[in-house]
Amino acid sequence: MMSTAKPISIVENFEIYAPKLVDKEEFFCSGHRACQGCGEALAIRLMCKALGKDTVIANATGCMEVIATPYPATAWTLPWIHVAFPCAAAVGAGVEAGLKVLRRKGVNPDRYIKTVTIGGDGGTVDIGLQALSGAMERGHDMLYVCFDNEAYMNTGIQRSSATPFGASTTTAPAGKASIGNKTWKKNVPEIMVAHNIPYVATASPSYPIDFMNKVKKARAIQGPAYIHCLSVCPTGWRAKSEECIKLGRLAVETGVFPLYEVENGVYRLTVETPDPLRPVTDYIKAQGRFRHLTPDEIRTIQRRVNLEYRKLMNKVEHSLSWTE
Amino acid sequence: MSKRIGMEIALATAEAVALCRPDVIAAYPITPNTHIPEHLSDIVAEGRLDAEFICVESEHSAMSACAGASGTGARAFTATSSQGLLYMYEVLGIVSSMRLPVVMAIGNRAISGPINIWNDHSDIMTMRDLGWLSLFAANGQEAVDMIIQAFKIAEDPAVQLPINVNLDGFQLTHMVEALFLPDEKEVDRFLPRRKPYAALHPDHPVTMGALGMPDIFTEATKARDQALVDSKKVILKVWKEWEKQFGRRYEPIEAYKTKGADVVMMTMGSMGETAEIAVDELRREGVPVGLLKLKLWRPFPFEEMKKAVRGVKTLIVTDRCCSLGGPGGPLAAEVRSALYAEAERPAIENVLIGLGGRDVTVNDFKQMFRQAGKSRGIYEFYGVRG
Amino acid sequence: MAQKKWPETWQEVTPGCMIFEGGNSREYHTGSWRAQRPVWDNAKCIKCGICYIFCPEACVKEDAQGYFAADLDYCKGCGICAHECWPGAITMVEEG
Repeated sequence: MMSTAKPISIVENFEIYAPKLVDKEEFFCSGHRACQGCGEALAIRLMCKALGKDTVIANATGCMEVIATPYPATAWTLPWIHVAFPCAAAVGAGVEAGLKVLRRKGVNPDRYIKTVTIGGDGGTVDIGLQALSGAMERGHDMLYVCFDNEAYMNTGIQRSSATPFGASTTTAPAGKASIGNKTWKKNVPEIMVAHNIPYVATASPSYPIDFMNKVKKARAIQGPAYIHCLSVCPTGWRAKSEECIKLGRLAVETGVFPLYEVENGVYRLTVETPDPLRPVTDYIKAQGRFRHLTPDEIRTIQRRVNLEYRKLMNKVEHSLSWTE
Repeated sequence: MSKRIGMEIALATAEAVALCRPDVIAAYPITPNTHIPEHLSDIVAEGRLDAEFICVESEHSAMSACAGASGTGARAFTATSSQGLLYMYEVLGIVSSMRLPVVMAIGNRAISGPINIWNDHSDIMTMRDLGWLSLFAANGQEAVDMIIQAFKIAEDPAVQLPINVNLDGFQLTHMVEALFLPDEKEVDRFLPRRKPYAALHPDHPVTMGALGMPDIFTEATKARDQALVDSKKVILKVWKEWEKQFGRRYEPIEAYKTKGADVVMMTMGSMGETAEIAVDELRREGVPVGLLKLKLWRPFPFEEMKKAVRGVKTLIVTDRCCSLGGPGGPLAAEVRSALYAEAERPAIENVLIGLGGRDVTVNDFKQMFRQAGKSRGIYEFYGVRG
Repeated sequence: MAQKKWPETWQEVTPGCMIFEGGNSREYHTGSWRAQRPVWDNAKCIKCGICYIFCPEACVKEDAQGYFAADLDYCKGCGICAHECWPGAITMVEEG
């Protein structure tokens, strides 16, 4: 069964008064040491508003862990655990199991507490992929949110498998003999769909209501769910801090990072993309990490973006539900 | 009432774990401890134990899942050996620093290479410095008893540290032994539900695993070291309670026929059982030898060590592994260090035996005793061909 | 919460370096980092709340009249609010 729901239009129907209805409680507080204009910190703040108080967070090592919990300070008011870098999903699995058993045995109050595991692209798509795959495959009742700023930002902007083609990073730098990162971004949402989990989505804090709705939806699923959130990093992307939200929007409008969800195998765009897509150069030119690219190289990127977008739209048009 | 049964020690250990009502078990199979998690999964599948058994995809995830579960206040258990222990290595220190009382059974196995699945102590010796409490079982009864004691020790409010119980791979794990398995009521009386220092739940939020900058790291480490040192009091207290309730006595270093012994051997693990027979036979021949069986490895039992070797002329320390290029096997190096400041101390000899599962016989031990006093250098590979 | 004496002695470090005072990061005023700060022109403000939503520091607060302002203890001066404000009611002003 194909989805017939219409995606939210970017401009006309944008519920500009919806921010006033958002829960005012802050679970990720001021005083954290993130860079100015950090898209990831913003995304976490918004995610928490959508999750609410009855949540336990398991966090991989990374930017967000380091800037938020320098002992004795913590920006978190939610219960939070950090263990190591590659294992956030396994820690989350243990938290989920522990909470489940303790509730069942009457040790904890009889109330549903959601386990949410978060990690950066490093801790999710590279070193953390094994644990993520294991946890999702085992079907833990856990939401995993990957905050993807497209490099190992915390350790100094090194390349990850989520780094886009042509981006200059500190381990795949642009130079006379190199275009920068030579590989295309690993499609982790697709890997998650292949795990047959009930809900997979891409999201961005530049579309806060869409993001928060997805978090709410994922939270309600009593099973594994995955959200891949593009987190603009002005520091690592060499962009202006005030353009954080604008860049997230451009990623969507150029088709570089379309916002969609996959519910039991059915693909649906949740934010309308312009037809035709904006040229990828609009997105690229605002970021210093792409500064070195030649028009030819940008054309290569444009072709690939077009291809990936066509592949996605094909799924949006033809995907069938896994459920009866 | 405890029942006396003949059971494979790994299975008996699993039964003992089940008696402790763990909430979460996360384990990955690796020879030779596999029968422990396997049997636990049987017990859960039969409905005899209400626990979440997580078939994790690696040992690193096993310890991580135990950390997450323990963080919620649940009682968490895992088992591993050798390469599996090494794979979870980075999480081991973290679990200790987070003061999570995870219990781990280690079926001691040689660490590669060459790859070898049989018994030695090289695996446990890699984690000496990570802040775990550590007990060594010499036989199946000790394995069963120590596992139950381990939960109580680790979860004590004055301790709150992870603990491992070591049983020799194959030599113990795969042996059938007649032993007493306590019953549920007895264990429930001995071991109440865990009362965590902190638990992950929105009703009482807490941040676990914060970043420790240079200006706090030393103090945090000192605090943890002190916790380990102070835990000995609790271990002795728990052992006293055990003796009172179950009638079996435990002490950090068990002395066997050391009275009047000039030459005393020190062992850890199941080798001690074989060495006992050697001591008996030599004593019958009129040779005054004795044996010290170390049960408590961490925290290191300094006072008991000094007392145990008083009056001993020669102490043969056996190590079931080699610290390559180092100043002797791990146990010998630590014993030498512990006794260094003593005005009177025995001559210490170090033999490396039983590496990679090589059998150490009664005759081997008698041979080692007879060779006492003949200069051997800092350490010696006993019985190496060539 | 009372301001903790820092640095702590080893006896004062909480076991496991656990932190029980949620949100006490607020004791650290990141406002000292900024080079510019946002200024609202309430005449232009349409009270949509976008500036409140998009602040990574959670430091844009709504007053009793429904207008907004940045808590200067925390504002890092990133400029997102000014950039995103629909009617252009926010201007970034250099810190003196």
